[in-house]
Amino acid sequence: MRNCRLRQLGRIDYASALELQRQLATSRKQGTVPDHLLLLEHPHVITLGRNGHLENLLAGDHILERAGIAFYPTDRGGDVTYHGPGQLVGYPILDLRDWQRDVGAYVRALEQAIIDTLADFGIVAGRIPKLTGVWVSDRHTQAKIAAIGVHLSRWVTSHGFALNVSTDLTYFQYIVPCGLTLPVTSMAALGIRATLDEVGERFTRHFARIFDFEMLPGASLAAA
Amino acid sequence: MTDVVMPQMGESIVEGTLTKWLKKPGERIERDEPLFEISTDKVDTEIPSPAAGTLAEVLVEEGKTVGINTVVARIDEGAGAVAAKPAAAAAVPATDPLPPSPPPPPPPQGAPEPPPGPSAQGAPPPPEPIEPKPPQEPGDKEPAGPLSPLVKKIARELGLDLNQVKGTGAGGRITKQDVEAYAAAQTQPAAAVPPPAPRPETAAPAAPAAPSAPAPVAPLPPAGQAKTRIEPMSTMRIKIAEHMVMSKRTSAHVTTIHRVDMTKVAKMRERFKAQFQANYGFGLTYLPFITRATVAGLRQFPLLNASLDGNNIVYHNEIHIGIAVALENGLIVPVIRTADEKNVLGLQRSIVDLAARARSRQLKPDEIQGGTFSITNFGSFGSLIGTPVINQPQIAIMGVGTVDKTPVVIDDAIAIRSICHLSLSFDHRLIDGALADQFMMKVKQVLEGWSEEVL
Repeated sequence: MRNCRLRQLGRIDYASALELQRQLATSRKQGTVPDHLLLLEHPHVITLGRNGHLENLLAGDHILERAGIAFYPTDRGGDVTYHGPGQLVGYPILDLRDWQRDVGAYVRALEQAIIDTLADFGIVAGRIPKLTGVWVSDRHTQAKIAAIGVHLSRWVTSHGFALNVSTDLTYFQYIVPCGLTLPVTSMAALGIRATLDEVGERFTRHFARIFDFEMLPGASLAAA
Repeated sequence: MTDVVMPQMGESIVEGTLTKWLKKPGERIERDEPLFEISTDKVDTEIPSPAAGTLAEVLVEEGKTVGINTVVARIDEGAGAVAAKPAAAAAVPATDPLPPSPPPPPPPQGAPEPPPGPSAQGAPPPPEPIEPKPPQEPGDKEPAGPLSPLVKKIARELGLDLNQVKGTGAGGRITKQDVEAYAAAQTQPAAAVPPPAPRPETAAPAAPAAPSAPAPVAPLPPAGQAKTRIEPMSTMRIKIAEHMVMSKRTSAHVTTIHRVDMTKVAKMRERFKAQFQANYGFGLTYLPFITRATVAGLRQFPLLNASLDGNNIVYHNEIHIGIAVALENGLIVPVIRTADEKNVLGLQRSIVDLAARARSRQLKPDEIQGGTFSITNFGSFGSLIGTPVINQPQIAIMGVGTVDKTPVVIDDAIAIRSICHLSLSFDHRLIDGALADQFMMKVKQVLEGWSEEVL
């Protein structure tokens, strides 16, 4: 069984988390740190993946600024997404050479850990072929409850997933045309009350099981 | 020479999209230094160079999707190549995986990009459009260069003779796109394959928001500063202001609103959306359907397509539809000429093209003149119902609200349908309510009864 260090960072701004990820990924490539799982929450931010379409960002700069939303182009996969309070964000920094050299398998494993986590709270979730992420049936449609976007450099992962626990879903209006795409949802919108800590704890268990990790207790943020 | 190939990133992964070259041809590269980036399944990956030397040639351009093991570049290890420093090289790029981005290339002239709102979405990344470039070596009859496994597989599945396929890749190599283009040409007359739209987004990711004109709207200043700020209006803003007031002064505006069940259209859209992306490089929105239905209404009620000249009614025998496009600090209404001669595909293509060129300010003067009726799609910004101002000298304008799933009563049962509110602002000097509503009922009837097969 391999080791993975869990770091719970609480609410941390996007730029700081990005910098921490870069440092950890660099150290991971050099083999000076073990695999890591970062669990955290971001203040309002909209990020654009490397292959994202700026057109999918509906609001102009000034609207975002007035709404207090930061904007970051990033190096992860995927398109435009929103992060904010009430969303469990997970950034695994893993060397996939120690597990499976397979990006497809990695993404499916992340999805599985989220699906199993949701099942613990009584939510039936699943996949939609070709639409990476985790989806639930919400009324008569499918709604996205967790988004995934990953960056890989020499088989070391960064970025990861964002699971809507009690996210204020109205913020998604800034990035998807109203009513014309599959909607987003949250655990709260499905009637499940849970804290980020509770959900994070369940996720960590499933993550450890699926990747065959022994989780090491988290170091504090100061001891980076 | 060392061949650099598209790596296999996992068992189930047969192709990857080359998203970014981190080195230019002619540049030095160390072994293991990141050379390019690929994207597969929401995972972006940096691919290190397999050798040290000079990047001799790049065979696959950014934005292209190619099968695994396709040669994407060649590295010249000879001549200027310094002996690789295996140990040191590994540490060199590790500190910062992102090289400074080169300035984004300007978008190609007239490059369509999705219009705002509805069409901007579309979850799966679009497959490559077919690109009929002239073959680089016209005389070459045999399949040039090694064939990628993907190309062989597609050819086998479609039963194609690869000797008949013209390669457009580097050195006349046959690409996946070539095979698909050839297959498409076999199944339909050549004229039916419209010129494809180049993909605009390769230029987009590197540019942060607001690449052209910065938004003039400044955030509210903190308290304690001057209470007002004076700024001259742009010329465009002044023209818009004058036109709006002139229109309100000229026409007796009345607005009528009809609720339209778009469920059938929504189904059509879902069905053909991905195919549109794959074949033409743009999505399928509600707007071309609504335009098509509007054209049908205008044909039946030509008074709505007319204008007033003093006390004369001018009937226009051609239907030219203006489509309002929101710009960063204004709006413009480019015109789809002879819209009655276009099907949904043709209308969508025109809309995408005009919207893109409106935003990049590449419209020609005659493309914003001569409209006989206008449509404005404020639904893409979330509006339910609007009362638009008539675009003079036209006689009416259609406003399109957002399409939302809504509970409605059908045969005394509650059903969930995709509902859209269409509003028509018309000039009561010429058009009476009864006529306006008959026109709207025709539009509604076309949209609600959209035949499953007609695009």
